[in-house]
Amino acid sequence: MTRSRFQQGLDELREKLLRMGGLAEQAIDRAAEAYRTRDAKYCQMVLTGEADINEAEREIDELALDLLAMQQPMAVDLRFIMAVVKINADLERVGDQAVNIAQRVLDLVSEPEVRLPVDIPRMAESVTAMVQRALESFLDGKAEVAEAVLQMDNIVDRMKDEAFVVLVQKMTNEPQATRAALNVLLIARNLERIADHATNIAEDVIFWVRGADVRHGGAHYRS
Amino acid sequence: MGVGIEVRGLNAWYGKNLALKSIDMTVPANHVTAVIGPSGCGKSTFVRCLNRMHETVREARAEGVVKVGEMEVYGPGTDPVQIRRRIGMVFQKPNPFPTMSIYDNVAAGLRLNGFRNRKQMDELVERSLKLSALWDEVKDTLHKKSGASLSGGQQQRLCIARSLAVEPEVLLMDEPASALDPISTSKIEELIFQLKQHYTVVIVTHNMQQAARVAEFTGFFLMGSLIEYDKTEKIFTTPADKRTEDYITGRFG
Repeated sequence: MTRSRFQQGLDELREKLLRMGGLAEQAIDRAAEAYRTRDAKYCQMVLTGEADINEAEREIDELALDLLAMQQPMAVDLRFIMAVVKINADLERVGDQAVNIAQRVLDLVSEPEVRLPVDIPRMAESVTAMVQRALESFLDGKAEVAEAVLQMDNIVDRMKDEAFVVLVQKMTNEPQATRAALNVLLIARNLERIADHATNIAEDVIFWVRGADVRHGGAHYRS
Repeated sequence: MGVGIEVRGLNAWYGKNLALKSIDMTVPANHVTAVIGPSGCGKSTFVRCLNRMHETVREARAEGVVKVGEMEVYGPGTDPVQIRRRIGMVFQKPNPFPTMSIYDNVAAGLRLNGFRNRKQMDELVERSLKLSALWDEVKDTLHKKSGASLSGGQQQRLCIARSLAVEPEVLLMDEPASALDPISTSKIEELIFQLKQHYTVVIVTHNMQQAARVAEFTGFFLMGSLIEYDKTEKIFTTPADKRTEDYITGRFG
């Protein structure tokens, strides 16, 4: 037996979240492109695009609230809506991090270019891949894909740690490069935070699909 | 197609007791509107005023304007029987005619209205049973089984089919699922959601969750007054009146 109205609501929620995911992904891409090309145009796109992400966040929360209040979801449906609400918040934060990166890039391009021994585009690629896969795991309801995202987080953490070491060294040796190095250090940190959000999303997908809480290591099932 | 309902300044009495106090309400066509409230709040009286069932109770009367589409329900010269043909009603307890076959139960209203064409009657019975999501379960025993032989949930869907057969524009439902088990309730709720494509549905329920699940608009009645009437989403997430909030959060009633 179907509950058409409820099912329509769940489908709509899913579509809205995927669209929101698309906006967040686009924001990261544009921020990374801004860094790679030193073109302020991309920064502006990220800054103006934030309003759409915020609006999408509000719409999703409203719909989730309506479904909770009106349809009394249970079990997998309840876990799904819980997961959507949390993923929604993570995606909005991804958008904020993209804005932070865009602001750092605007500061970077206001000064002459400084060569730094850090591969931000490669790090951005890894982070984007994590967000994409996390959203893919949500799209298909595949916990295995979500698990792969959790593994990828270590790689990004390591990239950020390495960037930290070489940039601090750069600042120590060449104080005139401090401003640029600091900006890039912050960008690396922003990317690493996006990876954390992707990890949260993956954990929420696992909770939705399997009913297991895999946050903070291990898998916690209700007894 | 369904039609909208306009209610203006509706008062209703049982003897000297004022049961409805100046109700204004606009029920949109082809939507499901729920009426909720604690026992004795006037919700059933309200829907029974919409098709002039209220006045069938001794010493009961109503005053005010009720327009169903273009029809003035309390207008001079309006025939209550004609009104009840255009506004079907389904009650809390399924009440099929026990000795009649399933087919005859559905056809009863048509025959009462002087309908004789057998082929068209067959078509209307089939259509009504399909609309009420009962056809597949009874199509092979239409003439063999009596209405009373069906389960409670099936009987209620049979009563819905009987109401639909005379092609009303509005369907009033007074606690249509309160005597049913959860599975049958779920089927009726799904049916209500489907029926709004063709009819305007007004449902009275003391089950708030049911109102939330099926209705697009919800009105909250308390002591004969309509306290709040809005989109169901609004009523159940951010009601404007404290009394509505207290009722739906279970603080009274």
